[in-house]
Amino acid sequence: MKVIVTATAPELEAAVDPRFGRGAYFIAVDTDTLKWQAHENPAVNASGGAGSQAAQFVARQSADAIISGDFGPNAYLALAAAEAKMYLLGPSQTVEEAVANFVAGELVRVEAPTGAGHHGGR
Amino acid sequence: MRIAVASGKGGTGKTTVATSLALSLAQGNPHSRAFPAPVFLDCDVEGPNAHLFLAPQFDRQQDVVILIPRVDAAKCTACGKCAEVCEYHAIAVLGKKTLVFPQLCHGCGSCTLVCPEGAISEEPHVIGLLEGGVTAGGMAFARGVLNVGEPMATPAIRQLKKWAIPADAPDGSVVILDAPPGTSCPVVEAVRGADYLLLVTEPTPFGLHDLRLATEVASELGIPAGVVINRDGIGDAGVDEFCVAAGLPVLMRIPFDRAIAEGIARGRTLIEVRPEYRARFRAVLAEIGKGTRRSR
Repeated sequence: MKVIVTATAPELEAAVDPRFGRGAYFIAVDTDTLKWQAHENPAVNASGGAGSQAAQFVARQSADAIISGDFGPNAYLALAAAEAKMYLLGPSQTVEEAVANFVAGELVRVEAPTGAGHHGGR
Repeated sequence: MRIAVASGKGGTGKTTVATSLALSLAQGNPHSRAFPAPVFLDCDVEGPNAHLFLAPQFDRQQDVVILIPRVDAAKCTACGKCAEVCEYHAIAVLGKKTLVFPQLCHGCGSCTLVCPEGAISEEPHVIGLLEGGVTAGGMAFARGVLNVGEPMATPAIRQLKKWAIPADAPDGSVVILDAPPGTSCPVVEAVRGADYLLLVTEPTPFGLHDLRLATEVASELGIPAGVVINRDGIGDAGVDEFCVAAGLPVLMRIPFDRAIAEGIARGRTLIEVRPEYRARFRAVLAEIGKGTRRSR
């Protein structure tokens, strides 16, 4: 199974990044082999629309699950349209822990946007 | 002549300066050729407040409309060209679905132009209201009001300027634009095309920090700028030192004066509280006139 975790650095041991649209890196991890690949988030410095831009990028990686601390309304709608499954980091501190917690079935599935958005609007 | 009043930092006294600058023209001699009545635009569409001081009677209005895309799912092939061209990530292709995020859309129409299938049509979306009228002193006044929950101030400011600035304004007529705070897109939209940028600041480290940024905006846009120091007497000498080093003229100092603060809090203008400022603002206008000529 392939999962993507938002992270502050391109490492499996890196601290998780609680932000989705403006998280620094997306780490794609194979849950069976723990082989991983880091992608820079192309939307990290976007002037606006980071959530929808990051979601398009992540959706193209066709992961089985996306794990982050926050999915704003635009990111949520975009990932939901791509039929991606979203999970919250919960207590996970590192990418490795997030993957382990996911495999153990301890992460909560996201069924609605978790924040009010960051664009100053509703 | 278009004079934009901006600040970087919020709450420095943009509207205090802009309204009294306008009144110094409007209430002197309405028939004077040297000082014809100005046109006043409140460009702070997220928090317009100049009407509290100038009390216009609004007699005309117009919706602020942007055209946002609607995707015909039957025609869309999810090729992704619309998402690629969108500078604001307001349209996204995810799997076989194309999604529109109206609140990110600037209404530029690029997605409609590039769609090879003709699957995108545009529909109007009202984001705010323009209002125009005249003040008791005979000054033309207009403002934009962005609807609550709409994040996109820039199109409202662009449409306000187009709507309210007369295309056939006579020589020597003055348009005063009260800009929003900050140095981001709405400020750039408000001050773009101005002949002069009047930067209101306060002599504090925070005031200086944002004055620096606002000065960079002026220089990037190629607009000559001058400074009004409000609440003069507080803080430190940093703003003065910066102005000297940057070659920015300090055109006026308004002291930190309780009577002025109380008057503004009651909706009175600086000129009403301190009538001697009428002549001082006219002197500022004369300096501005020289400043814009020098630059050409």
